[in-house]
Amino acid sequence: MAKRVGIEVSIAVAEAVRLADVDVVPAYPITPQTHIVEHLSEFVANGELDAEFIPVESEHAAMSCCCGSSAAGARTFTSSSSQGLSLMSEILYHPGPMRLPIVMVVANRALAAPISIWNDHQDIMVQRDIGWIQTFAENGQDAFDLTLHAFRVAEDRRVSLPMIVNIDGFTLSHVIEPIEILSKEEVGRFLPPFKPRFRLDTKKPISIGPVGVPEVYTEAKVAHNEALKASKRVIVQAWKEFANLFGRQYNPVETYRSEDAEVILVTMGSISETAMTAVDAMRDAGQKVGLVRIRLWRPFPGPEFKKAIGKAGVLAVIDRCLPPGAVCGPVGAELRSLFYKVPGAPKIFSFVAGLGGRDVTVDRFKEIVEKARTYAKRRPVENYEVIGVREQ
Amino acid sequence: MIPEFEKFKGFSAKNLPKDEPLASGHRACQGCGEVLALRMVMKALGREVIVCNATGCMEIITTPFPQTAWNVPWIHVAFENAAAVASGVEAGRKVLMRKGRIPKRHIDILAVGGDGATGDIGLQWISGAFERGHDLLYVCLDNEAYMNTGIQRSGCTPYGAMTTTSPPGKESFGQVTWKKNIPAIMAAHGIPYVATASPAYYLDLMNKVKKAALVKGPAYVHIYSPCPTGWGSAGDKSVEYARLAVETKVFPLYEVIEGRYIISRKITKPKPVSDYLKGQRRFRHLTDEQISYIQNRVDTEYEKIVKLAEMS
Repeated sequence: MAKRVGIEVSIAVAEAVRLADVDVVPAYPITPQTHIVEHLSEFVANGELDAEFIPVESEHAAMSCCCGSSAAGARTFTSSSSQGLSLMSEILYHPGPMRLPIVMVVANRALAAPISIWNDHQDIMVQRDIGWIQTFAENGQDAFDLTLHAFRVAEDRRVSLPMIVNIDGFTLSHVIEPIEILSKEEVGRFLPPFKPRFRLDTKKPISIGPVGVPEVYTEAKVAHNEALKASKRVIVQAWKEFANLFGRQYNPVETYRSEDAEVILVTMGSISETAMTAVDAMRDAGQKVGLVRIRLWRPFPGPEFKKAIGKAGVLAVIDRCLPPGAVCGPVGAELRSLFYKVPGAPKIFSFVAGLGGRDVTVDRFKEIVEKARTYAKRRPVENYEVIGVREQ
Repeated sequence: MIPEFEKFKGFSAKNLPKDEPLASGHRACQGCGEVLALRMVMKALGREVIVCNATGCMEIITTPFPQTAWNVPWIHVAFENAAAVASGVEAGRKVLMRKGRIPKRHIDILAVGGDGATGDIGLQWISGAFERGHDLLYVCLDNEAYMNTGIQRSGCTPYGAMTTTSPPGKESFGQVTWKKNIPAIMAAHGIPYVATASPAYYLDLMNKVKKAALVKGPAYVHIYSPCPTGWGSAGDKSVEYARLAVETKVFPLYEVIEGRYIISRKITKPKPVSDYLKGQRRFRHLTDEQISYIQNRVDTEYEKIVKLAEMS
């Protein structure tokens, strides 16, 4: 039976990985991901998890090891963050087209310079186009549930793609929350053992990762893209099944008090919970404000997003990433692109907030909504605005 | 002594395996010493092996999709990380066998890369894999430059050699540094088996590769691989140059078994280094003075190996 316990979110993630009976965990420590891999190595050391924990010499090697073990047919997990995620970046592009269902939890953190160990989404936005399925957790329960979901989806033979679960560094990874931990038996009902589509086997030799000459490279890329887009069906189906079994429903795009809203805040990750509080406060003050949270970042759920915003005329999109020299934050740009030349499209305003661990408070959300309302009447000077910059 | 070696009697010219785990029909250049060496490596290992190939000539020439020259399971991920990929394959198989999900059967894990993938960009990943003690074999096919990208210098390019990034000119005589001693770096990890080999001595090469595979834990074989394209040598001279490199002491053949150096082929009547240098376009600009410097350094380096062998 599921048990509700007070537990640090990182430990809950490690528990999910243990319950998934993972086979190989190659890992290199980086704050704020450390607690996840520490607990996994403890499980292995104590005999609570029969897996190979490989203490590699870098994140690049971690992902390289993941490619090897996944190709050997083993259920494979790792975790990373920030600079480390950037270091493994080269290899992150491989498992997608190679169709290796590696699961990774990224404890999102800022990128240097200046060096910062605190949370924002710059590390993962750099890896936006690596061709992995990507979800975002809002709280500890999400982190636990989405980790199990990731194994289920990634390893589904109709998908066979790597998957990242994003959890905000510190604000989620290091926080103790009441989380319902499923039992081994319950997890067994949701997550079947990994039966790979192919594996490195001398009985049936295959070549994985050959040269893509110009005659085939485009087709390989298109095939990967098609597989990623098609995975949405399986992602949603697995969430439905999860809800049927355990009562918690996840969706590619989720709404909060968005029906009849005039202004909609768009968020990803843990700030969504503060945003809900802000929406409540603004609703109490008689403002028609709602919230849309993007749960599934890749493949981007376009139709679901369009449906979720209803008839709202104004979207205030919050990015926790500042791409220098760009015309917009990445989520803002994605949505502007989604609605480009769509008849009756809402006005989309892009805001950057919460960089390098700065809190995005209820008041900040109010400020953002206020600005969006103003800009809807009078076009803003800039394409995006950084919120809460101290002047001195 | 390593117990696994006792059951291996060694290959002989009469009992060479006929099977070709690396098939012909690949796209290597004429006279490629590297693919010749790799073919021998695979003959020695047989079909019960998983190959993790670094980016480089051997990867490109063997797998232009949808073709493959590999009759054994093969994976390529990137340039520098073959040893880490192999670590993952080894660990994955180990745990799956332990859990009873795949049959308990020993399969050799081979990681293979060129001199750049091994001695330069990939050194860290190999070091990590060796330090962790994975049961795998790493083979370096050393053709002494980045041939796949158009003959640029690497850390394994010999002193004085002309490459496209170490060209001789008014201010330069080619590669200014001495060849990096990769086998010594590998041996410094304290792994059970390190060896150097040459396709000119094919039985020695195959026996060393087989021994490396038999060893429990990490093993390393550094194979000298002539490259007619990069060296500016005649295609039909590759084996000759591979032999000359040994006979002139330029590339000594030895094993380091559990730290003990054993010279495989003692060179008592060495040929002059100039015999080896002449006929290769990459060395033709060298002056007598430079050749004499190379001769002295080659002799000194060889003496070091002899001393190490005497000590152990």
